Amino acid sequence: MNAPVRRRLTLDVSDLPGVAFGHRNTTWLANVFFMVIEAMMFALMFATYFYLRTRSTDWPPGHLPPALQYGMANAVIFLVSVVPAWTVRKRAPEGDRRAVKNGLLVLTAFAVAATILRIFEFSTLNCRWSDDAYSSTVWVLIGMHSGHLVTELIETVVLLAISFTPKMEGTRLADAAINSDYWYFVVITGLIVDGLIYGTTRFL
Amino acid sequence: MAVAEPILGNDQDTGQSVLAHRLARTWRQPRGLWGWFSNTHHTDIGIRFMVTAFIFLLLGGILAVLIRLQLVRPENSLIGPDLYNQVFTMHGSTMIFLFAVPMMFQGFGVYVVPLMCGARNIAFPRLNAFSYYLYVGGALVLWGGFLTNTGPDVGWFAYVPLSGPAYSPGHRADIWSQMITFTEVSALGVAICIATTILRYRAPGMTLNRMPILLWEKLVISLAVIFAMPAVMIASGLLLLDRLVGTHFFNPAEGGDVLLYQHLFWFFGHPEVYIIFLPGAAIVSTVVECFSRRRIFGYTPIVVSVVATGFLGFSVWVHHMFATGLPQLSESFFTAASLMIVIPTGVQFFCWVATIWHGRLQLRLPMLWCFGFFFVFLIGGLSGVMLASVPVDLQVHDTYFVVAHFHYVLIGGALFPMFAGIYFWFPKMTGRIADTTLGKWHFWLFFIGFNITFFTLHFLGLHGMPRRVYTYGPDMHWHGLNAVASSGVVFMTAGLLVFLVNVFRSLRTGETAGNNPWGDAGLEWSMSSPPPPYNFLHVPTVGGRDPLWDDPPDQPVVVGLRDDIRETLVTHSLDADPQHKDEDPGPSIWPFLASVAVSAAFVGSIFTPWAVPIGAPLVIVTLVGWLWPHGPSPTPRPAEEV
Repeated sequence: MNAPVRRRLTLDVSDLPGVAFGHRNTTWLANVFFMVIEAMMFALMFATYFYLRTRSTDWPPGHLPPALQYGMANAVIFLVSVVPAWTVRKRAPEGDRRAVKNGLLVLTAFAVAATILRIFEFSTLNCRWSDDAYSSTVWVLIGMHSGHLVTELIETVVLLAISFTPKMEGTRLADAAINSDYWYFVVITGLIVDGLIYGTTRFL
Repeated sequence: MAVAEPILGNDQDTGQSVLAHRLARTWRQPRGLWGWFSNTHHTDIGIRFMVTAFIFLLLGGILAVLIRLQLVRPENSLIGPDLYNQVFTMHGSTMIFLFAVPMMFQGFGVYVVPLMCGARNIAFPRLNAFSYYLYVGGALVLWGGFLTNTGPDVGWFAYVPLSGPAYSPGHRADIWSQMITFTEVSALGVAICIATTILRYRAPGMTLNRMPILLWEKLVISLAVIFAMPAVMIASGLLLLDRLVGTHFFNPAEGGDVLLYQHLFWFFGHPEVYIIFLPGAAIVSTVVECFSRRRIFGYTPIVVSVVATGFLGFSVWVHHMFATGLPQLSESFFTAASLMIVIPTGVQFFCWVATIWHGRLQLRLPMLWCFGFFFVFLIGGLSGVMLASVPVDLQVHDTYFVVAHFHYVLIGGALFPMFAGIYFWFPKMTGRIADTTLGKWHFWLFFIGFNITFFTLHFLGLHGMPRRVYTYGPDMHWHGLNAVASSGVVFMTAGLLVFLVNVFRSLRTGETAGNNPWGDAGLEWSMSSPPPPYNFLHVPTVGGRDPLWDDPPDQPVVVGLRDDIRETLVTHSLDADPQHKDEDPGPSIWPFLASVAVSAAFVGSIFTPWAVPIGAPLVIVTLVGWLWPHGPSPTPRPAEEV
C-alpha cells in the first residue's frame, strides 16, 4: 500500500520579476540611506559654517567673497545636467539601452566639465584653507562636494563602460536609473553649497 | 499572489534531501585561506564580528585591570602618567568603538537579523564583509599605535584643545581620529545592510505589526547609526584636518571654537549610548518572552518606546556639556529632555516585568543574565536621572560618580544582555548548549565583582576623586574605597575566565542542541543548528508575531525560487508581500581587497595628505572590481519585459 499523500500549502513566486525599478529596488533603498548619511554630513558642515559665523563680527573675516564666475558656471552645468540624468532614469525601466547609453555619455561629459570647472573654482575662492576658520570651512565644504562629484563621475563612467557591453540589461539598467538619483543629490547639495559660500558671504 | 496547493507526494523526504543538496552546493562558501577572505555569508561574518569584538573586550578588560591595579593604593608607581593616559584612552576607545557597537549592533545584528526575517542571507553581503574588514583595520591601527608607544592619550572623546596640534604633537591623536573613520564607516555599512534586510527581506506575512521586537530595535538602531555617526566622522575629520593640514576649525585664535567639537562629538555620543543599549534591550525582550513562555506583554508600547528612544536620543547631547557655561534656558531644556527619556525606558522595563509576572518563568542561563541586567541597568538609570539635573551634574562632573554611572549603564545595558544573548544563541551558532553550572559560576562571579567595583566608585566620586588621575596622595583618604573597588576586578576576571572555559568545553563536549532547544518562537529556531549555508530549505511564510508558536504545521512555504543560483525573495517594506526576486552576489575577494586599499589610504593620510590622491586609484580599482558584473546576468529577461 502506498504511503499517504502529503500536501503542503505553498506560495509560488516563480512568476515574480527578477528586476525591480524605482523604490522597489533594494539598491535604491541603500542609495537613499547613503544619501541620508551624506546629507547629514553636509548638514553638520552647514551648521558648522553658521556656528563659526557667530564667532566673527565680519563675514568673510578679512577676505573678499569668493569670485562668482566659475561657481556660477558650475551651477548652470548642474542645472542643465539634470536633463540627461532624467532621461536615463526614465528610459532605463523601458529597457531603452541606446537612450541609456547616450544619456550616460552626456552625463559623463557634464560631470567632467563640472570637475574641471571645480578645479578653477578652488583658485578663485579668495582664501586659503589655512588662513582662518572661515576659509577652512569654505574649503572643506567645497572639497566635500568635490569628493561627491568625482565619485559620481567615476560611477557614471563605469556604467557608461558597461553600457557598451551586452551586460547593460536587467539590474544594470536599474543601477543606471539609481545613478541618476545620486546625480540629483550631487546637484542639489552643489547648489546649496553654492548658495552658502557665494550667497551668504555677500548677503549675510 | 495566489496560494497553490500542489501534491508533494510520498517521496517528499527524498525531494527535500535533493533540494537541500542543491541549495548547499549553490550557497556554499569557498574554502581555504582565499575562501575565508571571500566569504560573504552573514552567519560567518556575524560570528567573526562577535569573536573579534570579544577579543577586544578582553584586551580592554586587561587595560581596566591595569587601571585598577595602579589605583589600588596612593602614589603607586606601577604605571607612569604618560602610559596611564594611553591606558585609559585605549580602554574607553576599545570598549566603545571596538567592542560595544561591533558586538551589540553589528555582531548580533548580522548573525540574527536575516535568520529572524526568514532570509537566506543579509542584503548587500559584500558591503557587510567589507565593513567587517574595515572594522578590523581600525582595530589594528589603534592597537598597533598603542603597542608602538603611539597610543592615543587624550581620552576616548579626544576633546580639543588637548587633542589639537598645539597640545598633542606626534601622531597619537591622529591614530584615534582615523580609527573613528574606520569603525564608523564599518558601522554605517552594516546599518545599511541590516535596515535593508529588515525592510525588504522579511518572510511573506511578516508585516510590520508582526515583526519581532528585536527586528524593530535593530531597525531603529540602524537609523540612529545612519543619522548619528556622520557627526563623529565630521568631528574627528575636522580634528584631523586641523592637525595635519593646518585648518582652524577648533582654533579660537583664528575664528574657530573648541565647543564646536563638543557639540559635534556629543551629537553622535549620546545617540551612541542608545545604539549600545537598544541591542541589549532587544536581546532582553527576546529572552524574556522565550523563558516566560508567553507572548511579550505590551508589544505596541514597547515598539513605540523603542522608536521614541531613537528620537529622544538625539535631543539630549548637551547634558554632557552642562559644565561648559551654557545659557540657562538651554540647560533647562536639555535637563527636561534627559529626564524624559526615562519614560520609554521605564515602559520597556514594566512590560518585561509584566511578561515575567504573567508567564511561567524558566530561570535558564540567558534569563539569569537578564535579571542581572534589570538590577544593574536600573541603578545606572537612577544615577542617570540624578545627573540630568544641572546642580548635581556640576557637583560630580568629571568625578568617579560619573564613571560609576556610565559603567552601570553600559555594562548593565550591553555586557549583561550580551552574555544573555551569547548563552541564548550559542546553541544556534555552534549546535551545542553551554554548560549551565559553569554559566552560573560565571554569572555570580561577574555580578558580584561588578557591583563591588562600580558601586564603590559612586562613593569615591562623592568624595571628590576626579577621573583620569594616574594617582592620588594618601592625605585624600581615597585608598580604602579604591582598594575595595580594585578587589572586585578579581571576581570579574575569574568570571570571564570561567566563561572562556565554558565556551571551549561546550564547543567540544556540550549537550547537542537540536533545532530549537529553548522552544522559542523565532524563525531562527526552525532550521538545524548551526544553520546550513542557505539558512532555510524553503523560505517560510509567517502568520503571527511568534511564528513557531502561532503558525499551524501546514503554514505555507515559498516555492519557485531557483536552486541553481542564489536567488532571494524581496518583499514589501510594510506588509511583506512578495514583490520580486533578487540575486545574492555570492562570495568575492574584492570586498577584502577594497578594505585593504581603503585602510592603506586612511593610515597613509595620518602621515601625509598625499596618501589620499595616491590611495584613491587603488580604491577605485578595487571598487570597480567589486561592482563590475562578472558572468552572465542571473535573470536574463526578454526586452519587452525589462
